[in-house]
Amino acid sequence: MLKDQDRIFTNVYGLHDWGLKGAMQRGQWDGTKAILEKGRDWIIEQMKASGLRGRGGAGFPTGLKWSFMPKEVGERPHYLVVNADESEPGTCKDREILRHDPHHLVEGCLIAGFAMRAHTAFIYVRGEFIRERERLQAAIDQAYEAKLIGKNNKNGWDFDIIVHHGAGAYICGEETALLESLEGKKGQPRLKPPFPANVGLYGCPSTVNNVESIAVAPTILRRGASWFSGLGKPNNTGTKLFAISGHVERPCVVEEEMGIPFRELVERHCGGIRGGWDNLKAIIPGGSSVPLLPASECDELDMDFDTLRGKQSGLGTAAVIVMDKSTDVIKAIARIAYFYKHESCGQCTPCREGTGWMWRVMERMARGEAQKSEIDTLFNVTKQVEGHTICALGDAAAWPIQGLIRHFRPEIEQRIDEFTRNAKPAEAPLAAAE
Amino acid sequence: MTVRRLHPEQPADFALTPENLEWANAQIAKYPEGRQASAVIPILWRAQEQHDGWLPEPAIRCVADLLGMPYIRVLEVATFYTMFQLSPVGKKAHVQVCGTTPCMLRGSDGLIAVCKKKIAAHAHDLSQDGNFSWEEVECLGACSNAPMVQIWKDTYEDLTPEDFEKLLDDIAAGKDVVPGPANGRRFAAPLEGATTLGEIKDDTKGADPLPHVVNGAEAASRVFAGASINGGPGGAPMNGGVGSRPAKAVSSGKAEPVSKPAAKAASAKTPSKAAAKAAAETEEGQPELLKAPRGGKADDLKKIKGLGSKIEGMLNDLGVFHFDQIASWGDVEKNWIDGKLTFRGRIERENWVEQAKALAAGEETEFSKRVEAGDVPTSKG
Repeated sequence: MLKDQDRIFTNVYGLHDWGLKGAMQRGQWDGTKAILEKGRDWIIEQMKASGLRGRGGAGFPTGLKWSFMPKEVGERPHYLVVNADESEPGTCKDREILRHDPHHLVEGCLIAGFAMRAHTAFIYVRGEFIRERERLQAAIDQAYEAKLIGKNNKNGWDFDIIVHHGAGAYICGEETALLESLEGKKGQPRLKPPFPANVGLYGCPSTVNNVESIAVAPTILRRGASWFSGLGKPNNTGTKLFAISGHVERPCVVEEEMGIPFRELVERHCGGIRGGWDNLKAIIPGGSSVPLLPASECDELDMDFDTLRGKQSGLGTAAVIVMDKSTDVIKAIARIAYFYKHESCGQCTPCREGTGWMWRVMERMARGEAQKSEIDTLFNVTKQVEGHTICALGDAAAWPIQGLIRHFRPEIEQRIDEFTRNAKPAEAPLAAAE
Repeated sequence: MTVRRLHPEQPADFALTPENLEWANAQIAKYPEGRQASAVIPILWRAQEQHDGWLPEPAIRCVADLLGMPYIRVLEVATFYTMFQLSPVGKKAHVQVCGTTPCMLRGSDGLIAVCKKKIAAHAHDLSQDGNFSWEEVECLGACSNAPMVQIWKDTYEDLTPEDFEKLLDDIAAGKDVVPGPANGRRFAAPLEGATTLGEIKDDTKGADPLPHVVNGAEAASRVFAGASINGGPGGAPMNGGVGSRPAKAVSSGKAEPVSKPAAKAASAKTPSKAAAKAAAETEEGQPELLKAPRGGKADDLKKIKGLGSKIEGMLNDLGVFHFDQIASWGDVEKNWIDGKLTFRGRIERENWVEQAKALAAGEETEFSKRVEAGDVPTSKG
């Protein structure tokens, strides 16, 4: 098991002070100036060497992303944008960072901003996280007061942090939709290229990172890339905040080593599956967008990017949704289909029309009111939506349904059979008058 | 996508209050020159809070004029983002129930049934007395604490239908309610205690969620429920934040230094000089606060009727230890303390200052006699 001394987020449960005093006792803001003095190239090299992969879901190497920013600042300023629009169903890890350990993020912004030559960071917090936003702002105010950030600060790199918020749109977690929203427009994703590193916020070079990716950076740089890369597995290094929800005895958020077996994760921290291990039916291992996995795949399942991809699923945000045998898995996926229907921004036709169509068919499937041939039709439609939209929301809507059909087709067919068997036969037409 | 339309009945006009206008201008100043449109969501949000929790059409025009944006662009934003309520909501509480799969698995259907029974049969309809409304929303991001609801700024988590009914009853009756998990767990830690982080060396203590009264969007906007998010005096009060009280975030709009009343206040040895310094450095209306009790011994503030051990702790954390401190509060100071701890007029209602004057003078009150005699369980310990 991961030792406490190797945990980065040492206050996820708010047991200690979230403020500067507590943060400093827990080792934050220690030697930040010395880190900056080692230079940009060193920072980016260390981030690359640590093997940190973005914690927002896609798992893109963070150090590499930072290195895409232009090497010189031209007429346009550089911006760091932090994606705190945490809205993927199942995911509640950034919330704990924002409200209980915000100085990780504040310090991370300064370091990341320095590495990409940005003097300003925008943190886009989802609209619903109001207390979290207030807490984050308070932490930033403390950092200004202590002259850790701001003009002429102790760390030697002028830096401003501005907290911005949304108002309830899942799509704003997509990086270009987030930029649109930050510019005061409705959040509809942009076509790429140009990528944000060239044309981002206000048309300036920008990098958008997840909260957790930025928040782990200071600790990695303090303790060294080899410490971080020594945890976890090759190409899936370090620690990760896991959020476990659904049918476990004690749902929780916990920081663990990457690649921890699923069974160990739930039995050590969550008191096991409700009703025992054999009562497990399926899990969604990385937030609602990734395909589910049936219990038969979960006995030997390492929670990391590559293993889960190998099983045609994904680690996503490491938000594990657990379903026991009492679950109506078709209804559970139908509810996710409704979520995507509700959150589609309406820009691309396959997604706008497809999400609604898929949801309506899923609702019928959940009742069994369908033909078996429609299962294939539904699968085909998900393939028509996937990959035919500007952003990944279309894919995200398609994958859970594909996963359901891949693993639970017999259950769907059984539901249809039951419905057909119980359906009342149509009333016989009145016999013609004799 | 959801189709969202403006309400058929609209007020004739709308204007931001001077306080909110000042706040809005500070928001605009946060963004680069010529990019004032960025502030549209925060300002629309504040307008909605001011207008009892829903956004009328004149407010959309008002914000557009303020930002120099075409009306249609702001209308587009108001209808795109689903947290903007386009029709009237409950005067006391608009309940957002999360119904997405993680909450559904843990029983959000039961919470929705309570809403239908106690509030209105359909989402977005007002209850009969107009005090409540509800809607089912998509994932609110507290999945490990499912099922949960959000009311204005706070989340109420790990709810059973019974807990939730009681919550609604308490809000209706104007009683204090406590945000956070209803089953006694520590935020997102496992129910029976954390399995990790036992070896962390840090002697500071985290804050607990604070009880407060829920009474409408406008009040939620102005008054900060507790000295920090969902919790007590774990650190500095919020001054410059997006969600903090409008009067505070005025001049620069950039995060202003936070004043920490307890830390900056008068030291024990030189009360007068330090108090003057504190007055100069800290907020208007802040009463005299102490770093530690004079002579190392605090008065038993629980002798004041209406003041239990929880509130005593909160006052101590702020820097209030003695009867004479409370006795010296005028209206401004009462307001200041009220704002810090959201007592909602409790100081006035229960006449703390008068009681404290008597106690400071060494007299006894009816209540303090009972406390001495050990007859008041809430004042023990």
